[in-house]
Amino acid sequence: MQRSDYLIRKIGFAFATLVVVIVFNFFLFRILPGDPVRMIVHSPRMTREAQEKIEANFGLDKPVWINKQSLAEGDIMGALDTQFTAYVRNLLRGDLGISFSTRRDVSELLAERVWRTVVLVGLGEVLAIVLGIFLGLIAAWRRGSKLDTGILLAGLFTWAMPTFFFGIILIIIFRGRLPVGGMVTPGLKPEDGLEYWLDLGKHLILPTVTLTILYASEYLLIMRSSVVEVLSEDYILTAKAKGLSTIRTFRDHALKNSMLPMITVIALTLGYTVGGAIQVETVFSWPGIGRLMYEAVQKRDYPVLQGTFLLLAVSVIAANLLADLLYAVMDPRVKPE
Amino acid sequence: MQRLKQIWQVFRKKPMAIVGVVMLALAVFVAVFAPWLAPYDPYERVQIETEDILAPPDSEHLLGRDDAGKDVLSLLIYGARISLVVGFTASFFSMFIGTTVGLTAGYFGGRIGNGLMRFTDFLMVIPDLPLMLVIISVWGRGLWKIVLVISLLYWTYTARLVRSQVLSTKERQFVLRARALGASNWRNILRHILPMVVPLIIAQAVLDISASIIAESTLSFLGLGDPTLVSWGMMLNFAFERAISRMAWWFFLPPGFAIVWVSLSIILIGNALEEIVNPRLKTHHLFDPRRMVSLSPTPKEQQPTEPVLETN
Repeated sequence: MQRSDYLIRKIGFAFATLVVVIVFNFFLFRILPGDPVRMIVHSPRMTREAQEKIEANFGLDKPVWINKQSLAEGDIMGALDTQFTAYVRNLLRGDLGISFSTRRDVSELLAERVWRTVVLVGLGEVLAIVLGIFLGLIAAWRRGSKLDTGILLAGLFTWAMPTFFFGIILIIIFRGRLPVGGMVTPGLKPEDGLEYWLDLGKHLILPTVTLTILYASEYLLIMRSSVVEVLSEDYILTAKAKGLSTIRTFRDHALKNSMLPMITVIALTLGYTVGGAIQVETVFSWPGIGRLMYEAVQKRDYPVLQGTFLLLAVSVIAANLLADLLYAVMDPRVKPE
Repeated sequence: MQRLKQIWQVFRKKPMAIVGVVMLALAVFVAVFAPWLAPYDPYERVQIETEDILAPPDSEHLLGRDDAGKDVLSLLIYGARISLVVGFTASFFSMFIGTTVGLTAGYFGGRIGNGLMRFTDFLMVIPDLPLMLVIISVWGRGLWKIVLVISLLYWTYTARLVRSQVLSTKERQFVLRARALGASNWRNILRHILPMVVPLIIAQAVLDISASIIAESTLSFLGLGDPTLVSWGMMLNFAFERAISRMAWWFFLPPGFAIVWVSLSIILIGNALEEIVNPRLKTHHLFDPRRMVSLSPTPKEQQPTEPVLETN
């Protein structure tokens, strides 16, 4: 397969997915019973002024999908002047509506919190990948040994555990010794310098450990079976036959070839990763996107819910595309021109 | 049938698989006989005193009481029903959808097949939990809504697995011959292709049960469980919201470990099944006891012709 064809296909797919997500996000919040958009407008908690602004923003006086009358008159621009186009226009401007409960711009709320989630998930993900690959490799190498069984059982056990419950257990164990909620001790400000950052670091420990162990269990199981699979290939037999040491066989043949499926798997589990972040942020009151989404669910704050979903979906789509591009660089079967 | 019997023969020799079966059997037993096993009826209205709230375990209430003064053990026993019902039905539906999509896409291919697979890829990319949260928040809470949402999102792996198996199976000699003899598409699929992919489907469906149980408990924990039922996830939600500061361990440890118990039992079974039926997880050259120098293998060292029979 030519590299350019591959890239065009992947970018096209990511773009199509994005479009479907946007349409779905629009559709879900209007068509389903309850009609949240109208609920926002008629919410008694809104000031008259805010209601008018929302009504104009959402274009609620216009038809939902397409203006049939204008279409019949041949007025294309008029036919497209609908709630849907108003929604897309707002999206492109970065306007995601106003939060029910805090009456602030959703995009502002998201921008303020997004880096906190990025730090948490990024750290957890990197540590999990390293740990997962390492343990998976060892387990596959010593397949059938006690060590392998031990690693496998530990992996299966943590895999069977819901993320939020693992977090709760850590809270019970480390309560009093490590901070179990929030991002910094109330009162500390970035101006306090080192003390602030050390405190932030301490607050990061438990959520990161939760994420790392839970993601690592998935990666180690997949890495293990991927390596086991590669070890049954004929070229491993050839390597052994020509007298390569076990270490070299592993380093030069098994590891490299097991890494390709790992990239795919990491990309595929990104959605799962995001789900883990919601739970961990909820349990440890980490004020990121996940916690925002949890609070939006509790308060039925639909604009925030819609905004967080869109942000999470877009991030996962983008990360998937990135993984595909990485794959193109690493897999010799995707040829450069 | 013959093949399933062979799989069982290998399966029952795997200690982890047997542990899984025993653990699951216990959970199913508890769920089925909940009304007889539970010391109290958790859905009954009870008169309580203030000191009953989050009362620690004693001889009358072996696992103490929850924040509403109800017996935790009884809630736990009844909770098994919800988890298992959600797990089994959601996994059944997603197995059905996944198999249908995979068979259609693999056997007929072409534009329909491509379209179906693009849709599958699309669903795989969208993060599950946020999507479920959004749908249930807007649509409303309810057990069957949860089952439906899980099954509509969790069929994608099965579809991919079935499709790739069908693609390789349909080119095999006996299927081509059957087609040459004039067997209809339906007959081909049902008689020749489906039996080849059934073991893989079952292994995947078993793993899906555990994924569905965890998904339900996560939704319940996040406050979107069925409001008329008390599932393990919801117990954890109550415990986390109201009892964590009082360290009422009897309230939040049992439901959590109950979820782990059931989902671990199923993962052990599913993992063993997968190792048996997935032909790619078989040999391991590096640590093969065979000596590389032996040129004439003795009969004992010959590979079995049917790969299913090999154990690890």
